Amino acid sequence: MSTSTESPVRPEEGKEARKGSYFEELELIRKELDKCMKCGNCMAVCPVYGVEKLETSVTRSKIAIAEAVLDGQLELDDPQVYAMLFNCLVCKSCMSNCPTQVNFERIMLALRAALVRKNGLPWLKKMIFSTLNNPKLFDAGMRLGALMQPLVFRGEQDGRAMAPRSPFTVVGKAIGMDSERLLPSTTAKPLRERVPEVVQVQNATMKVAFFTGDSLNYFYPQAGEDLIEVLSANKIEVHIPKEQVCCGTPVLVHGDVETVRKLARKNIDAMDKTGSAYIITGCGSCGNAWQHDFPELLADDPTYGERARYWAERTYDISTFLTKIISMRPPKGRVEQVVTYHDPCHLKKGMQVSTEPRTILKSIPGISFKEMKAPDACCGSGGSYVLTHYETAATIGKKKADDIVQTGATAVATGCPACMMQLMDNMHRCGQDREIVHYISLLAESYRKEKEAEN
Amino acid sequence: MLAQPVLSQLEQIVGKDNVLTSKMDMVAYSYDATADMPKQLPDVVVFPQTSDMVAAIVRLAREHKVPIYSRGAGTNLSGGAVPLKKGIVLSFQKMNKILDIDPDNLSAVVQPGVIIGTLNAAVAPHGLIYPPDPGTVATATMGGSAAENSGGLRGLKYGVTKDYVMGMEVVLANGEKVRFGGKTVKNVTAYDFANLFVGSEGTLGIITEITAKLIPAPKYRRTLVGTFKTLVDAGNTVSGIIAAKVIPATMEIMDNMTLCTVENSAKIGLPTDVEAMLLIEVDGMSEDVVMAEAEAVQEAVIKNNGSLRVAQSDKERDELWAARRNALPALAQLNNTVILEDATVPRSHITDMLIACQNIGKKYNLTLGTFGHAGDGNLHPTILCDKNNKDEMERMHKAVDEIFAAALGFGGTLSGEHGIGMAKMKYLKDEIGESGVELMRSLKAALDPDSILNPGKMVPAATEA
Repeated sequence: MSTSTESPVRPEEGKEARKGSYFEELELIRKELDKCMKCGNCMAVCPVYGVEKLETSVTRSKIAIAEAVLDGQLELDDPQVYAMLFNCLVCKSCMSNCPTQVNFERIMLALRAALVRKNGLPWLKKMIFSTLNNPKLFDAGMRLGALMQPLVFRGEQDGRAMAPRSPFTVVGKAIGMDSERLLPSTTAKPLRERVPEVVQVQNATMKVAFFTGDSLNYFYPQAGEDLIEVLSANKIEVHIPKEQVCCGTPVLVHGDVETVRKLARKNIDAMDKTGSAYIITGCGSCGNAWQHDFPELLADDPTYGERARYWAERTYDISTFLTKIISMRPPKGRVEQVVTYHDPCHLKKGMQVSTEPRTILKSIPGISFKEMKAPDACCGSGGSYVLTHYETAATIGKKKADDIVQTGATAVATGCPACMMQLMDNMHRCGQDREIVHYISLLAESYRKEKEAEN
Repeated sequence: MLAQPVLSQLEQIVGKDNVLTSKMDMVAYSYDATADMPKQLPDVVVFPQTSDMVAAIVRLAREHKVPIYSRGAGTNLSGGAVPLKKGIVLSFQKMNKILDIDPDNLSAVVQPGVIIGTLNAAVAPHGLIYPPDPGTVATATMGGSAAENSGGLRGLKYGVTKDYVMGMEVVLANGEKVRFGGKTVKNVTAYDFANLFVGSEGTLGIITEITAKLIPAPKYRRTLVGTFKTLVDAGNTVSGIIAAKVIPATMEIMDNMTLCTVENSAKIGLPTDVEAMLLIEVDGMSEDVVMAEAEAVQEAVIKNNGSLRVAQSDKERDELWAARRNALPALAQLNNTVILEDATVPRSHITDMLIACQNIGKKYNLTLGTFGHAGDGNLHPTILCDKNNKDEMERMHKAVDEIFAAALGFGGTLSGEHGIGMAKMKYLKDEIGESGVELMRSLKAALDPDSILNPGKMVPAATEA
C-alpha cells in the first residue's frame, strides 16, 4: 500500500487512531456500507430522488454502487460513477431517516477523497467544470461559484489564498461566465475588514471567538455585524481573528482532505490565540465543520487532534449560545413582520439546531411566526450542487419557494448564508421576492429599535 | 446483453431519456430490500409513462423472449423485484399520477407509481383514508403494494391491500390491455380478476392502473400499552380483547429481546424485565364507542396481570408508539444482516408461535427478536446475523426452515404480507401441496406461456419443486 509523503505521523494503531482514516483508505468504509439494509427509507426524504425518481439518485443505491466499486465491479472514475458521486447535496436528510444510522456523509466524502487520490484534483476540477456548459447555470453559477473557490485556488499553499477579494472574476472566467447580475453585493467591504479584531463591551461577562466563515464574510457582512451587535448587547466580548480562513466544507465535499486539514490547523491556531471560552458560528456548515469534520480529520494528528476535539465541544451556533449557554436579554423592540423559518441542512441535521432559532424569533415582539410545510426540506443549494445540477436544484428550490409563499410570510429567516443565496434565487425565480434574512439580523433589529425608543 | 435493435425500439417507445443501460445504473436496480438474496444486473431499465408504452414494451419483450420485471420503489421483502434472469426492469417511478379522487364513490384512481403516503395526503382533505399501511408507506408505490398484497399495522380491523382494490387495468403477457372492476361496490361480472392480480408479484400481468377504495377517516382513537410478565398473559389478553367483541385498529406485540434492544438503543424507559408488551389502539367515529372499547381493553390487560399505561395526549401516544417504531431499527443495528420473516398463525396461536421462535433462536444460538401484529397473528421473527460468518448464516437458514415449519404446524401460513418471491418459493408446497403448486403453474402457463413476467419468482419451475 503506498502512502502519501504528506500523510501525518500515524500514532500506534488503535480504534481512535483509525477512526478518521477512511479518508485515506476507501476499504475502511465497508463496515459503514454493511450497515445499510437497503430498506429504502432514504427515498422518502432525499431531495434529489424526490425530483429525479432514479435509484442512482438516492442513498441506498449510491451505497450499492460503492459496494460494487469496492468489489471491483465498477471503477471509481467511471464517468457514470463520478456523476453519481456528485449528484448529492450532502444534506444529511437520509441520515436523519436511516433506521440503522448509516453515516452516509462520511461514505460520500470518503469516495470523493478516493477519487481525488486516484486521478488528482485537476482532473476533478475539469470534470466539474465540464458540467457547467449549460447557459442556464449562468447567474446561479456566478453567485455560488465562490463556494468552490477554495477548490479553484487550491494550488496556493497559504490558506489565505482562500480569501481573494473578487472570487467570482476568477471562477467566472474558469467556467466562461462574466456577469455579476443577481449576485449578493460583493462590492461591499468584507466583514473582517469592517470590524476590529476584538469588539469590547463594558462589564463583559465572557469572551467568545466569532468564526465568520467565508460566506458571511464576503456576501452577508451585515448579518455578521448583526451577530456581533447581538453578542455585545448581551455583554459578550467578541474576538474576530483576522487569521481565520475558510472552514473547508466546500473543499471537503470535493474530496480534497489535505487542504481541509491545513485550513483546520490554521483555524485552530487562530482560535487558540484568542483565549476565548467558545467559538460562535452563524453558518451551519462552518459550525458543522468545527463540531464534526475537524476532530475527525485531525484524529491522527498528535498536536492538533486534541485541540480539534477541545473546540468541537465548545462550538455553538449563535442561537444555541444565546438560549442555552447564556440567557439572552429578551428583545423589546417591535419588528412588524410575518416570519417563516427555513432549517438549513447542516444546522439541523449536522449541528442538531432547530428549536433555538425559532425560540429567538418567537421572542421578538411584533413578529408573527408562521411555520412552513416541511421547513427542514433542503432548499437545493448544497454548496456547488446548484452549479453542477442546476435543473434538479431549481426543482427542489421551487418546492421550497411554494411552501414559503403559502405561509404568507413577509420575511424568510434562516441560519446559513448559502441557504440565503439559494432562497433568494428560489423566490426571485417564481416572482415572489421576499426579504431573506439571517434570523440574527431580526434580533439585532429588535435590539436597535429598543435602543431608539429609549433615546 | 440485449440486441441493439431491441434497445433502439425501447428508446423509440419511451424516449431516450427513459432508458438506462450503463453498468452503474444496472447495479442500482439489481436488488431490493430483502437480505440474503442473490443480486442480478438487468440489461436495461425502462421508465414507461402510459399503459400504451407498457403494452408496447411487453409486445417487444415477448417477441424477443426477454424477461420483464415490474418495479415500484423496490422496497419489497421477498426478493420479488430482483431481475433474476436479466432482461428489462420496468420501473413505474415516473408513472405516478393520481388520476381521480372521487369522494362520492369513496374511490381514487391511480397510476402504479403513486406512493401510498402521497395518495393518503391527497385524500386527507376529503376526510378519507386509504387504510393499508405497510411500514414503507412513505416510499412504497401503489402498484408494488398491490402486486405484493402488502399488509401493515391496521390489518386486523381494516384488512390488507386486496380489500381496497376495486378495479384495475393490467397489461397481459401478450401485450393486450384488460380493464376490470371499477367504482361500484358490487361487481360480480366475470371472474374476480382483481384478486387474481393482487398479490401475483408481477408474474401474471403488469398492473398499470388501480381503482382504490377509500374509507372515512376515524375521528377518535385511544392508545394503550400493557406489559406482561409471561407470554401466556399477553396471548390471553389478545384473546380476551377479541372475546370482548373489540376489534382494535392496531394490536402490536414485542418480545423481551426486542424490548431490551429498543431500550438499549433508544433509552425511552421501557421495562426490560417483562416478557412481552402489547401496543393497542382502538379507533372509530364515535367517542362513546371508542371509550367503551378502550375500557374493555383495559379490563382485559388487568385481568391478565398486565401493567397498563394509557395515553392521555398525542404526545403520550407518540411515546407509546416509540417502542414499536424503534423495534426494527434497533434490532437491525445489532448486525449487518437482518432476516425479517413474516410467518403468520391463527390469532389463538400467537403465544405458541412466540415461544417457538424463541426456542428456535436458542437452539441455533442466534440473535432473534420477535415483534409483530398480534391482532392478526402476523409475526416478524427477526434474526440478526453476520453475512461474513458462514457458520452463522447456515444456522440462520436452518432456523428459518424451522420457523416456517412451526407456523404451518399451528395452521398458519408462510407469508402474511411480504410475499413469496424468491425467498419462500421452496416452502410453497409445504403449505399448498403439490396440487396447489401445479395450479399455480397452470395459471402461469395460461397467462404467461413464455415465462417472461418476473421469471424465477413465486411459481416454482417443475424442476425446482
